[in-house]
Amino acid sequence: MGFSERTANYIESRRRPTSYGDMLFHWLTVFLLVFFAVVMITPFIWLLSSSLKTQINIFQYPPQLIPDPIVPENYVYALTYKPFGTYFRNTIIVAGLNVVAVVFTSSFCAYGFARMRFPGRDFWFGIVMATLFLPYAVLLVPSFIVFSRLGWVDTFLPLVVPPFFGGGAFNIFLMRQFFRTIPEEIADAARIDGCSEFGVYWRVMLPLSKPALITIGIFTFLFAWNDLIGPITYLRSPDNFTIAVGLASFRSQTDISWDLQLAASSAVTLPVIVLFFFAQRYFIQGVVMTGLKG
Amino acid sequence: MRRPLAARYRIDCERISMTRHIADKTAAEGFWLTRQYNRLTLRQRRTLMGYVFIAPFILGFLFWWLGPAAVAGYLTFHKWNFLAAPKFVGMANFSKMFGDPILAQSLKVTIVFSAISVPLGLVFAFFLANLINAKFRFIAIFRTIYFLPSIVPAVANAILWAWLFNTEFGLINYVIRFLGGPKIGWLQDPSWVMVAFVILTVWGVGGSMIIFLAGLQGIPQIFYEAAEIDGAGRWQRLLYVTLPMMSPIIFFNLVIGFINSFQVFVSALLITNGGPQRATLFLVLHIWRTAFSSQKMGYAAVLSWLLFAILMLLSFLVFRYIGSRVYYENPGD
Repeated sequence: MGFSERTANYIESRRRPTSYGDMLFHWLTVFLLVFFAVVMITPFIWLLSSSLKTQINIFQYPPQLIPDPIVPENYVYALTYKPFGTYFRNTIIVAGLNVVAVVFTSSFCAYGFARMRFPGRDFWFGIVMATLFLPYAVLLVPSFIVFSRLGWVDTFLPLVVPPFFGGGAFNIFLMRQFFRTIPEEIADAARIDGCSEFGVYWRVMLPLSKPALITIGIFTFLFAWNDLIGPITYLRSPDNFTIAVGLASFRSQTDISWDLQLAASSAVTLPVIVLFFFAQRYFIQGVVMTGLKG
Repeated sequence: MRRPLAARYRIDCERISMTRHIADKTAAEGFWLTRQYNRLTLRQRRTLMGYVFIAPFILGFLFWWLGPAAVAGYLTFHKWNFLAAPKFVGMANFSKMFGDPILAQSLKVTIVFSAISVPLGLVFAFFLANLINAKFRFIAIFRTIYFLPSIVPAVANAILWAWLFNTEFGLINYVIRFLGGPKIGWLQDPSWVMVAFVILTVWGVGGSMIIFLAGLQGIPQIFYEAAEIDGAGRWQRLLYVTLPMMSPIIFFNLVIGFINSFQVFVSALLITNGGPQRATLFLVLHIWRTAFSSQKMGYAAVLSWLLFAILMLLSFLVFRYIGSRVYYENPGD
């Protein structure tokens, strides 16, 4: 079959009305899309439904989908059973400081890696990448020993000071990739106008990188909000607990019933989902940027 | 009205010479540091500035990586329970590692989980990404729904799944019994609990799914058209266009998946607390308990080094045997 013949066949096949195979494929895709959407969303609906049931209804068989009666008081009981106001305040302090630290120091380091040329740069960037592939868990015990020597146990310091030193390999990498997409000519123009290297970073690069900064800010906030292993290791007194530790302590107490556990869980999940809907673009962008521009 | 060009030019020249004058003055009379800086060559200045910019990372690396690693290295030869001074025990912590049945169990659990959940999660994420890459009117809603599970806070996620897997009142057993299946002791039966953990992990593959989706959308449409002209069917297009073009992204998700699978902690602690019969005693949970429940800091340091060694070995194997098969469209980019 020659080239023109094959092209003709292709054009012919495009011109034909959709074949049965294509239609079958289309409806199979639709079916699978809906099926998996149901699978993905059901746990959330179940969480919401169970958290609004009475203690008796929650153990009913077969289970009710829409609770009767609906008990929103579960949320009030759950959130006042433990001092969630204090936990919330602590979480905001830790998460807020983390966001400030990461946004400024990771972009600062990333500027050095993206835009400066100096001996040893690639060596240090190699180390950044190496720490990227080493999980937090490896350092858990050794860092604990260091922080306990510094007398930092049961304070927020182990959770908020390290981010000020570079803000994590992941964020440095992400900011570096973003800086490299900004044309160097803009920075040169600023330099000719008498801008110092810090000025280029502060007045030119940062304003141009707002989307990337918002992205890493959101991810940092989310991480701090969700993190358990750090706070549960370092925070001892209940006055210092974050929301994750407070919620986890529900599990270790047997006298707290399922309806309260689930109400507290869904109350903790709700802000994250609201944040997601407002900042969906940045979430997707963040995930994509980490994965692609290697 | 604008000034004539010559006048403007003269003013600019004056301004430049003035700045230069000020710079020379500071160089001569300024602070010691300024004088030293001005004495440097351009190349030296650039190097200095570069290191100023990456200084936070270097300091952080020394304080929070090398420092703790050195402490861990020191403690591997010591016995320490926080209260008394560390006592030198030589290689005792290492020899203990080889005769520790609990460690063997936690290694087995972690490796089995990793070997099952990583490939399964990868295939599922790839499959979902292909589904949501379709062109439908409401596809954005489906993308949101598929991604949502991966942002649920870990603790809330653990409580939610503990409830879903509840033997008597959980939704999952209800559906299975409704379809005529048996009542499964998801969290009580040591062989089923691993299945439960794999299910809840696969539920949260939204992150790698989005990475796959972005990769799929980055494949030039022209490749598919060329394949179609050559008579390739749907399956062949997937096999000979999509998979080779996606191989760097598949590889990336594989590496990230392996690293994550060795870090299971929150769900193991909160859903099953390591049980039943240590069937979910993942390595990180074991290290955490050794350090903070049993107060054996020296042994915990040895286990941390072991985790480090395993991850290094695994990364090496993955890069050596799978990384070499990855196809890069623009090498060295």
